[in-house]
Amino acid sequence: MEFVKNVPFFSIMLCMISGVTASMLPPKIAKWWTVALAAVVAALNAWLLSYLLSVGESYTYMMGHFPAPWGNELRGGILEALLAVVFSIVLLVSTLGGMQKLEYQVDPHKQNLFCVMLDLVLAAMISMLYTNDLFTGYVFIEIMTLGACVLIMSRQNGRTLVSAMRYMIMSLLGSGLILIAITLTYNLTGHLLMENIQQSFAQLHASGQYEVPITVITGLFFVGLGIKSALFPFHTWLPDAYGYSTPAASSVLSSIVSKAYIFLLMKIFYRVIGMDIIHSSHVMNLLFIFGVAGMILGSLSAIRSHDLRRMNAYSSVAQIGYLYAGIGLGIEAGFVAAIYHMIMHSVAKSSLFIATSGLADASGDSKRFSDLRGAGYRYPAAGICFSVSAMSLVGIPILGGFVSKLYFSQAAFEYGGVHLWVMLSALALSTFLNVLYFMRTVITLYRPPKKGFQPPAFRKDPRTVTALWIMTALNFLVGLLAQPIVMAITRGLRMFA
Amino acid sequence: MLEAIPRLLEEHFEEIIAVLLFGIGFTTLLLHRNLIKKIIGLNIMDTAVYLFLTSVGYIEGRTAPILTDGITSAQNYVNPIPSGLVLTGIVVSVSVTAVTLSLTIRLYRRYHTLDIDKITLLMKGEDN
Repeated sequence: MEFVKNVPFFSIMLCMISGVTASMLPPKIAKWWTVALAAVVAALNAWLLSYLLSVGESYTYMMGHFPAPWGNELRGGILEALLAVVFSIVLLVSTLGGMQKLEYQVDPHKQNLFCVMLDLVLAAMISMLYTNDLFTGYVFIEIMTLGACVLIMSRQNGRTLVSAMRYMIMSLLGSGLILIAITLTYNLTGHLLMENIQQSFAQLHASGQYEVPITVITGLFFVGLGIKSALFPFHTWLPDAYGYSTPAASSVLSSIVSKAYIFLLMKIFYRVIGMDIIHSSHVMNLLFIFGVAGMILGSLSAIRSHDLRRMNAYSSVAQIGYLYAGIGLGIEAGFVAAIYHMIMHSVAKSSLFIATSGLADASGDSKRFSDLRGAGYRYPAAGICFSVSAMSLVGIPILGGFVSKLYFSQAAFEYGGVHLWVMLSALALSTFLNVLYFMRTVITLYRPPKKGFQPPAFRKDPRTVTALWIMTALNFLVGLLAQPIVMAITRGLRMFA
Repeated sequence: MLEAIPRLLEEHFEEIIAVLLFGIGFTTLLLHRNLIKKIIGLNIMDTAVYLFLTSVGYIEGRTAPILTDGITSAQNYVNPIPSGLVLTGIVVSVSVTAVTLSLTIRLYRRYHTLDIDKITLLMKGEDN
């Protein structure tokens, strides 16, 4: 066995061990420790990705040398490695960019514990990407939930506490549903490894047995993970949680936590239940409808909100709607578009949150839109980063959002029928709404300030400025490298089934 | 249809109770306004899943797979994995309950009430 195949296991253990170590380090070192960990994990997974791209096939990794039906397994493929690289880079840059705010928004004695939670979220994310065992997936879902909850409430004020509580309640409802779905799956098939479950399900499906229980299982997985990833009607906890926690937390939450759940759902559809059964059970139509509703209603809420951070949060609801609508088409092109959108959105949204915190500094932490006038001149790096990522989300060519919208509509054309018109009109309407709220903000940033406005004194932290420039570059990179990324996603998805 | 109910009740008594308990726990967690009762609901819900898993995983007349009398035939033992899953699940639900309780303490110290609706109202009143 090549040594590189150990990377998934090593990255998970590395994150866990660094988490434990970070709890004992002084806060200043702990933060850089987390940044270094994310860099190491990204480099390791990039190595694995290059190996897998050259070999062109996936592999399974036995944990503890127990063979297939008994042991626990990890599985490495192009898709998993690609997402692990992207997410760990995003975590790195978000931590770097949010460091300065962290220093005065979080209790100084607890800053190293904040880093512990970041490490845990990274570990849970990587395990959810690579795991080949359903129950391991469940355990890491819970670890992710606990980590995310602490990230939300690390900056202590009323709103974050209440939203952490709401997040916890909604997530626990979701985990309850996922747990019962796993129990039913185990009850029907007697397996926990994904391949074995899929084989048993295929046999059951072919013989026409247990059709209702399998549909129920599919529905339970969808609703459970949908609640956890803030799909449209279950998103009530999200605006306060993203809007009022510390910027490092909100960018990690919006870009990594919700995406990992959606990826796990895709994995369950593809590798546990099997696409044949999914198609015949019509659950996909449900995903599509909820997704389209989220695309439009999330954007409408974003227009109505007067606070920049809440606007970003509601925009996340809309973007998660895009993901679900793409998955809901149920064809390969839709999945490719959704995964590309996942990468694009995690880069763009984390940049938006970090840039917003910079712009808030430049306008005296005011919540009024009028005080944002001229903030783009007062803090150029934040202004440019915000504008670039907003344009990316709106869908200006060269940037990533354009490519993902293109692929979504191509997938809709491939599917045809009613879905085509619903998808195209939802895309058009949602893009129009995106333009309304994002461009309004960008224009406000570059308008001259009101007469008598005293620009506040603020410090441009070099770490934040570096992170902002890196994020701007990443936004361009995701758009410019669209072709190779989509190729890799397509190859990864083919290995997936 | 109706005649089948007594037989179902007899054969699947634990499972039916487990599903009922799951429903009770789920609605309590979702709809109750009192935070402590929500947490109780969470625990009922999780316990229901464990009851389901244990009752499905047990076969009458067999014992845990620990070799004592030199009997090696698998026919005499039950599969240990469901019990293992229940143990893992219990660990998860204990830690989740602990975190939720500590959050509740934080909220109570700040707002002096356990009613989530009142807390939300109070929160909107304060400016932050």
